[in-house]
Amino acid sequence: MSSSIVLLLIVALTVLAFQVGKARAIAVVGGHREVRNLHSLPGHYGLLTAMWCAIPALVVFVAWVALQDTVVTRLVLSHLGAAQQGLPDSQVALLLNDLRNVVAGSLPASSVSEPVRLAAEEFIRLRRIAGFSLAGVALGVGILALLWVRARIRPDLRARNEYERIVEWALFGCSAVAVLTTVGIVLSIVFEAGRFFSIVPFTEFFFGTTWSPQMAIRADQIGSSGAFGAVPLFVGTILISMVAMVVAVPLGLFSAIYLAEYAAPRLRRVVKPLLEVLAGVPTVVYGFFAVTTVGPMLRTLGESLGLSVAGESALAAGLVMGIMIIPFVSSLADDMITAVPQSLRDGAYALGATRSETIRQVVLRAALPGIVGGILLAVSRAIGETMIVVMAAGLAANMTFNPLEAVTTVTVQIVTLLVGDQEFDSPKTLAAFALGLMLFLVTLLLNVIALYVVRKYREQYE
Amino acid sequence: MNSTSRGVPRTAAETQARVRAGLARRYRAERRFRAYGLAAVALGIAFVVFLFGTVLSQGLSVLRQAYVQVDVFYDPETIDPAGGRDPDDLVVADYQSLVRASLRERFPAVEGRPALRELYGVVSSAAAVELQRRVTADPGLIGQRGRVWVLADDTVDMYLKGKVSRASPAEERRLSDAQMGYIDALRASGDLKLRFNRSFFGNGDSRDPEQAGVRGAVVGSFLTLLITLLLSFPIGVGAAVYLEEFAPRNRITDVIEVNINNLAAVPSIVFGLLGLAMFISFFGMPRSAPLVGGLVLTLLTLPTVIIASRAALKAVPPSIREAALGMGASRWQTVVHHVLPLAMPGVLTGAIIGMARALGESAPLLMIGMVAFIVEVPAGALDPSTVLPVQVFLWSDLPERGFVERTSGAIIVLLLFLMVMNATAVVLRNKFEKRW
Repeated sequence: MSSSIVLLLIVALTVLAFQVGKARAIAVVGGHREVRNLHSLPGHYGLLTAMWCAIPALVVFVAWVALQDTVVTRLVLSHLGAAQQGLPDSQVALLLNDLRNVVAGSLPASSVSEPVRLAAEEFIRLRRIAGFSLAGVALGVGILALLWVRARIRPDLRARNEYERIVEWALFGCSAVAVLTTVGIVLSIVFEAGRFFSIVPFTEFFFGTTWSPQMAIRADQIGSSGAFGAVPLFVGTILISMVAMVVAVPLGLFSAIYLAEYAAPRLRRVVKPLLEVLAGVPTVVYGFFAVTTVGPMLRTLGESLGLSVAGESALAAGLVMGIMIIPFVSSLADDMITAVPQSLRDGAYALGATRSETIRQVVLRAALPGIVGGILLAVSRAIGETMIVVMAAGLAANMTFNPLEAVTTVTVQIVTLLVGDQEFDSPKTLAAFALGLMLFLVTLLLNVIALYVVRKYREQYE
Repeated sequence: MNSTSRGVPRTAAETQARVRAGLARRYRAERRFRAYGLAAVALGIAFVVFLFGTVLSQGLSVLRQAYVQVDVFYDPETIDPAGGRDPDDLVVADYQSLVRASLRERFPAVEGRPALRELYGVVSSAAAVELQRRVTADPGLIGQRGRVWVLADDTVDMYLKGKVSRASPAEERRLSDAQMGYIDALRASGDLKLRFNRSFFGNGDSRDPEQAGVRGAVVGSFLTLLITLLLSFPIGVGAAVYLEEFAPRNRITDVIEVNINNLAAVPSIVFGLLGLAMFISFFGMPRSAPLVGGLVLTLLTLPTVIIASRAALKAVPPSIREAALGMGASRWQTVVHHVLPLAMPGVLTGAIIGMARALGESAPLLMIGMVAFIVEVPAGALDPSTVLPVQVFLWSDLPERGFVERTSGAIIVLLLFLMVMNATAVVLRNKFEKRW
């Protein structure tokens, strides 16, 4: 029985439970006329019953669906003949792969060995049984809960209060998802990164200057021992982010100043959303733009100046990333500038300052902490940006601060290491998680500082 | 004399003189500063125009595609030599040779293998698929003649659209002189022209530019977004209601709030790592499936939805709550009957903006394997599929000239969807937002 049918059945059972609860409440007090003797509205009894019925059934359903494949696979593996038992892990993985393909129907059963075919049949059989037992267990739990609540329904049962308490817990659960996500991120990344650091020493990762994550497939292979010195990646990331900030900070700041202090309200209403369009364009579009337009343009420009610009130069990627970040800087700076009280400006004007003098010497100074916070947020965005650099920056880990050469970044390497098939025990795959951990920690640090600074600044003028 | 130019001026006249002396310079600085600001704004807008202009100029031509009209004889000998009209036989028949025969009839003078190969190269390999589709749909066609519009090769398409010129050398335009001759002859008789591009909107991915379409990616994006919406909207609104209306002011609430703010700024690729390690490696969910993509994007958009919903709930004045509570409603009833309906436009706007962000997101989906080359259009949330931005990424990597146009076309489709979503959000906000 497929899981979507079971889910539908659970929904149907919940609707039924509502009706049962409501009817029971009315029956307990002796008909519609006596409803005022109930503590809560009849509907509340229905809702209470429905919730008690749906929640356990859904919990069983989710847990079952999440674990079913793992359990069934393990059962089938133990069924696979004794010949397969002594095999190394890689062979078992291959067998499992065949098995999955046969089960999914993408590989004809005739093309695999006899034990695998039998195992596939066993797998399908077990899965069918699992489907039926899931339906049985989930619905059974739901029905039991339904009967239990139905037996509890009395005129003095505080159904609304109970129901609302459950709702409040459910709402709390919703907000806990955000915390669980963070915990999930930290746990999964730290765990895999820990495995990486048990293979590759800390010192090599943080101080090594060679990055070539290819591992030797055979022991006697030359030149692919795998080197995990991440310094070139950090340098590349910093270089590209710097180029981006050099573009974004002046442009963003000046447009914010102009829009906040000079522009007529009508112009501002038109121009501000237009600039914000830049923030809504998917990053993959910027990547395409960098590869097909900006990269070649810079190259011809460089040639005419007698400079050699790499096809995937840091300059092209950084430039386009800077364009992407402009609205981010400008809207944050705009907020900060408009938050500066008018009285400060009036004071400066009264002393005879021109507008630009007021802005430079009074408004910007007052707004500086907020603007710095905004720029920090923009830096963290630049460091974590992926698609633009994956498409427009290089793969080779060059250690250089020359923006005309190709460099690679942390995010590019994470993508290259993880796209395609991975094995979760090779340092090559695990290296991506170590890089991810670095990325997470650095951006988290920047964000915490930035949010703190911005909040302090806001409080100052509130 | 020095006393007037340095130090503290003694008289009003001195002060005025000094101010006046500096005025011209200060006004120049003022104008310069203002010009910088204007230049920054103008440059920003120029980028917008340039970006959209490039994409549109490269991609709009994808609406039309070169088709060749061939006069096909549905030869029973080739299609169904057994004569049983068995559907299985009809599917596997050699339709390629029907197309080739038709081309040979059209250009009887062409002889010899290399020359014939060039002639066949004018028509896409999709032509055979088209004939197969027609015959299996209507076996009565066998034995008859018919004129069919079939896809031309992508090189022909590029030439017809003027993306490669006649003057460029044969290697660059990837069409030989003989092929140019066929093209001219076909065009002269009206048998080769640009028509509405059905394959781009109706097909999945393909290695041949002329056959590659966005339908698979659009459906994949739709399925992924559907799951994201179904999960992130209720969870996000629930969390916002809890934090705004129910949560006690204590340590736990503070932790949740700080957490949500920080999560909003975590790079999206980190969510991809989470999806890979947790959903795929730990829970054993299928790779490349919209279900997993939707789960990852849910976690990614949740902070956006929560923050927007909280702002909308905060905007509802306390007097509404007090009135409801004063009438004896419980807190939950107050929220469900009064606060939430009033905040709904803002909440929906936030949800749409979150969905728009999810639609444009590609980095985390690369991690969970939604970059596979998938020809079939996905039918369910567990089928392997890709999404629009990832399709853009995949095509942008391919060397054929035809794919540059396809990539820009896919970007236009993506931007259109985004525009519709954002416009809906703006309309919702303007139409239903109340000022209290």
